[in-house]
Amino acid sequence: MITTTELKHIQEEIEQIARDFGLDFYPVIFEVVGYQQMNALAAYEGFPVRYPHWRFGMAYEAARRAHAYGLQHIYEMVINNQPCYAYLLASNTLTENKMVIAHVYAHCDFFKNNQWVAPTNRKILDELANHAVLVERMMDRYGADRVEFFLDTCLSLKNLIDYHSLYIRRSRQDDREESQTPFPKVPKLPSKPYLDRWINPPDFLEEIRQIREKQKEKPRSFPPRPERDLLLFLILHAPIDDWQRDLLSIIREESYYFAPLQATKILNEGWATFWHRKIMTEKVLSDREVIDYADRHSSVTASSSGFLNPYKFGLALLEDIKERWDTGRFGKEYESCSDLVLKQNWDQKLGLGLQKLFEVRTVHNDVTFVDAFLTDEFVTKHRLFAYRFNPTTRAYEVETRDWQKVKERLVFLLTNNGHPIIWITDANYRNRSELYLWHQHEGVDLRWDYAVETLKRIHNLWKRPVHLESIKNRRRVRVSVLRDDTVQEEVL
Amino acid sequence: MAERIERDWARFRDIVRGKIRQNLRRYVAHRDLIGRQGRSVVSIPIPQIELPHFTYQWEQVGGIGQGEGEEGEPLWLGEEEGSGRGGAGWQPGLHPIELEVTIEEMVALLGEELELPALKNKSAGPMESLHYRYRSLRRVGPESLRHFRRTYREALKRQLQAGLYNPDDPKVIPIQRDKRYRAPDMTTEEESRAVIFFMMDVSGSMGDRQKELVRTTAFWIDQWIKRHYQGVEHRYIAHDAAAREVSGDLFYKIKESGGTKISSAYDLCAKMIARQFDPDEWNIYAFHFSDGDNWEEDDETALHILKDRLLPTLNLFGYCQVKSHWGTGRFLLELSDEVDDFDNVRTTEIASEDQIFDAIKDLLGRKEGRTDESTMFQSRPSTL
Repeated sequence: MITTTELKHIQEEIEQIARDFGLDFYPVIFEVVGYQQMNALAAYEGFPVRYPHWRFGMAYEAARRAHAYGLQHIYEMVINNQPCYAYLLASNTLTENKMVIAHVYAHCDFFKNNQWVAPTNRKILDELANHAVLVERMMDRYGADRVEFFLDTCLSLKNLIDYHSLYIRRSRQDDREESQTPFPKVPKLPSKPYLDRWINPPDFLEEIRQIREKQKEKPRSFPPRPERDLLLFLILHAPIDDWQRDLLSIIREESYYFAPLQATKILNEGWATFWHRKIMTEKVLSDREVIDYADRHSSVTASSSGFLNPYKFGLALLEDIKERWDTGRFGKEYESCSDLVLKQNWDQKLGLGLQKLFEVRTVHNDVTFVDAFLTDEFVTKHRLFAYRFNPTTRAYEVETRDWQKVKERLVFLLTNNGHPIIWITDANYRNRSELYLWHQHEGVDLRWDYAVETLKRIHNLWKRPVHLESIKNRRRVRVSVLRDDTVQEEVL
Repeated sequence: MAERIERDWARFRDIVRGKIRQNLRRYVAHRDLIGRQGRSVVSIPIPQIELPHFTYQWEQVGGIGQGEGEEGEPLWLGEEEGSGRGGAGWQPGLHPIELEVTIEEMVALLGEELELPALKNKSAGPMESLHYRYRSLRRVGPESLRHFRRTYREALKRQLQAGLYNPDDPKVIPIQRDKRYRAPDMTTEEESRAVIFFMMDVSGSMGDRQKELVRTTAFWIDQWIKRHYQGVEHRYIAHDAAAREVSGDLFYKIKESGGTKISSAYDLCAKMIARQFDPDEWNIYAFHFSDGDNWEEDDETALHILKDRLLPTLNLFGYCQVKSHWGTGRFLLELSDEVDDFDNVRTTEIASEDQIFDAIKDLLGRKEGRTDESTMFQSRPSTL
């Protein structure tokens, strides 16, 4: 056991070191908790108060077991909030705590400065507690079973949000304005008056005008453009009760809070691991702690056979970037160099590594991070491979070590946070208020039984028939949930 | 937070219990569950509950790994269809979790699922005994029972509230109002005793498979009866042409050859009851397992002993016929013909593990078409 005063000293010391290194964070409040509390916190995704739901109970059961069997040891947890909250396990040793505190400060720096994470709700701790109260009130009022049932439905749809909405506005405003002008304007190219006849030929303009006129007469589709945020769409347009609308909004809001954190997992963990190592080895460790530290650090960055550890992978990629920018191994000159020996010993002594890392932590998410920095050399050096499932042997096997393919696969897995991309293309299909969804097929089929179940749940909310178009076994198919949950599947 | 997670955890366990209940038939037939004697907890692997959502067929996706291996080299075996692992290979898939359930809970579930009626207590009246346990507190009482610590705690609380407590000079002086005394809790307990006779035909026609079925069925019957009485004793009678009392361990192991005289077992059972167990004080249960291949001339004697000497003393008599290759299964028919009018007789037949569940219902459940009002208008089942 470590006393609070001791911890306080360590915290202050490390905080100062982190600041000196240029890390920039909100204040951090540390709490020391027992393992049971830690398991409960882990089940609640780090937050002390969440709405009542059995899935947290399931996560708790899993965490309990993992702890009991010594499979998993949670040293630390940190919440992206302002101030940041971090939990330390009471049984941590002094060295472990030092490492964890350094790790936490780097996370907090990431929360504050990464452009994807920075705009998330800074008062999420309170927000989630409010959600819990709201849901509890609903349960009192409408019955726990009913609310839980509806929550299950909402949670089935929680990944149907627009993961890019942070920086892409898909507003319907433009369309509305356009539809309000009585005569469609035909854009003209700028020209001198004497050239206008040739640059903007009148008969061509007339033709365009007529096309636009015709388009206008066509029944307007709804939504005007395909949309991604199904949750929002249902909140706005589904014929459901107000409390159900509220519940959907709660789930949607939480999804939007967690999405950027999932989308930056590798980078964030890599960043924190990079800094705890730097802080520990360069500033904090006393001689007798080195072995202890090395042991802990290696258990964090261990890779179990075949699996990729985000801590290890993120750290390795960041280190690779640091080395490349320190030595100047980037840009046209380096890449077009064909002399292997020269390339091997390339060193321009630029020392830009750390600066580059700060830039990476600010602008990238996992997809862009991997896309921009995963190189041929890195894949070879770290023995990365893509694996696939072989249906004949029913085993997973090494598919390829080709770096392009490895990168493609990794980017695919990270895109849209690993969820299939589903669009709402028409909410008035066949002019009967039927909902038409389209799966943007990227070479991998949907898990079909789940897809049908999910569609049924959407049907429960939308009340009218719901259709999903996708590709299954290389064929275009449409599955529909009609009245009374009858499922119909047809090949298109 | 502790309260919250407890609540969610309890809710999850409830749901899981529901799932177990749905699959109870399978678990009940599961021999391994009862394999280890003396364990009060069984682990039941249940798949994690996942809410359906739009996701990929992960087997088509594959993933990214790190380490050695040539192209085409197998890494690990795929899991069952549909349960792909998600993510880039660092999220472990949804492994089944094991839920610990006590045998008692299982039996309670079994009772609910089979709608087993609670067993009656046959004794003239419950034997009440009063227990005194000094577990509660009162504000009055004899000084000899004063609870020192609680008294001082109350005093400290009072002084803190009143601002009389000085940490530098920690003096706590209880006054009468602070005093707490130990007080007894009185509980009445019904004392009830039961004895279960397990009788089994160990003649050559009963093979290992049959005995295993008997063992599993008897286990659940035993558990159900144990739920209802404080003290339960067991007697085991093995018989072929002659009957003898054996120990529980030996019961499932002995193998005899030769013919079958069921009357020998019934006779021994009746004698043992007369000698040791007064029907007025004991709740007596008897279950007989056989393949029904009795000597034809013995049938009458057996049924006679059963009707005249056994049934009047028993709470319940269950006859469970285990199907074997050689058996003709004639005894069940004879028995049903003769004793069908008795309320305390149940008969059933088992051929495989799947039927254990139904057999338990037949043996311990309500008698069809008789006691349950809802079945009054149903025609008699044609199975027997």
